[in-house]
Amino acid sequence: MVASSWYVIVVGCGRLGAYVANQLSLQGHDVVVVDINKEAFGHLSHGFSGFLVEGDATELSVLKQAKIEQANLVIASTRRDNVNLMVAQVAKTILGVPRVIARVFNPEREETYQKLGVETVCSTIVAGNSFLFLI
Amino acid sequence: MAMKAFICGSGRLLYFLGRAFLAKGYTVTLVTEDSGEAAELARRLNATVVHGDGSDPGMIEEAGASDTDVVVAALPHDHDNLAICQIASLRFGVPHALALVNDPDNEEVFSKLGVSAVSATRIMIDVIERRAAHGEISKMLPLGEGKLSLAEVDIDSDAPVAGERVADVALPSTALLVCVLRGQEAIIPHGDTVLEVGDRVVVITSPERHGETLRVLTGGDR
Repeated sequence: MVASSWYVIVVGCGRLGAYVANQLSLQGHDVVVVDINKEAFGHLSHGFSGFLVEGDATELSVLKQAKIEQANLVIASTRRDNVNLMVAQVAKTILGVPRVIARVFNPEREETYQKLGVETVCSTIVAGNSFLFLI
Repeated sequence: MAMKAFICGSGRLLYFLGRAFLAKGYTVTLVTEDSGEAAELARRLNATVVHGDGSDPGMIEEAGASDTDVVVAALPHDHDNLAICQIASLRFGVPHALALVNDPDNEEVFSKLGVSAVSATRIMIDVIERRAAHGEISKMLPLGEGKLSLAEVDIDSDAPVAGERVADVALPSTALLVCVLRGQEAIIPHGDTVLEVGDRVVVITSPERHGETLRVLTGGDR
């Protein structure tokens, strides 16, 4: 856990993105959630105290609206691998965000993006290992 | 041996890209995510057609595209085009991967991420602006992602600079006259080179002073 407060941008407000955003917000971090579809913000809990930005995060102007230049951390957690990986690279390589983590479904893509310096979490492998651990 | 092209796209754009590469003698593989479209393309073109996701490394390998010479990514979403090009070049070592981007801003974004990109929208706007404003320009080439442009301008009999020394031509500070084409000759101009009717001059300008530069050279005020 981090002692100081972070400025975190969570891209994609599905169940996973909303869960991470809620937890970080409850821990006292400043959280901005970005989603192309404003109905998705319904996944956030009542205790969420961050900001919402409606828009396509693969457009630079939307990330700037979320004040990405102030962010310590960007989490790309949409349902689309290619969106997450583009957002992650733009945040890290072009906008210089110190830490960027992308969700990736297809394990075969993970390797390529690790080569590009993008930290990834493969939800397929994580879930698979949890199953195997229980067996 | 024929060059191999691997083209990911959709709709009529994919059809016409495929047709154009085939006409140039390439061995072509077309990838579409729509099964109906795949069947239609296979019927109309003499290309290998694959129904699938061009950013899925497993699919690319299966389609036998790992030894391809050129990958073109022309899908409606730029994030897909970025992934296709990066996987092609990083994972499979494809020498030429080119994205046709939809959002003109992504030309710059992609180039910073090491992917060559072209925006049809940007090219069209450039061409139309130049053509509409100045009939005298025969060729225009954007340089450095559009930070500069190189244009050929004809010096007609009504051009105010005809008969003037280059040193006396009041070009904007961000414009440079780099060459004078006169008959079969290409002259590198000096201050005392005199411009003549019938010359074609090659000029480099920044986009914001382009219009002014052309007005100085042609006298046009359109």
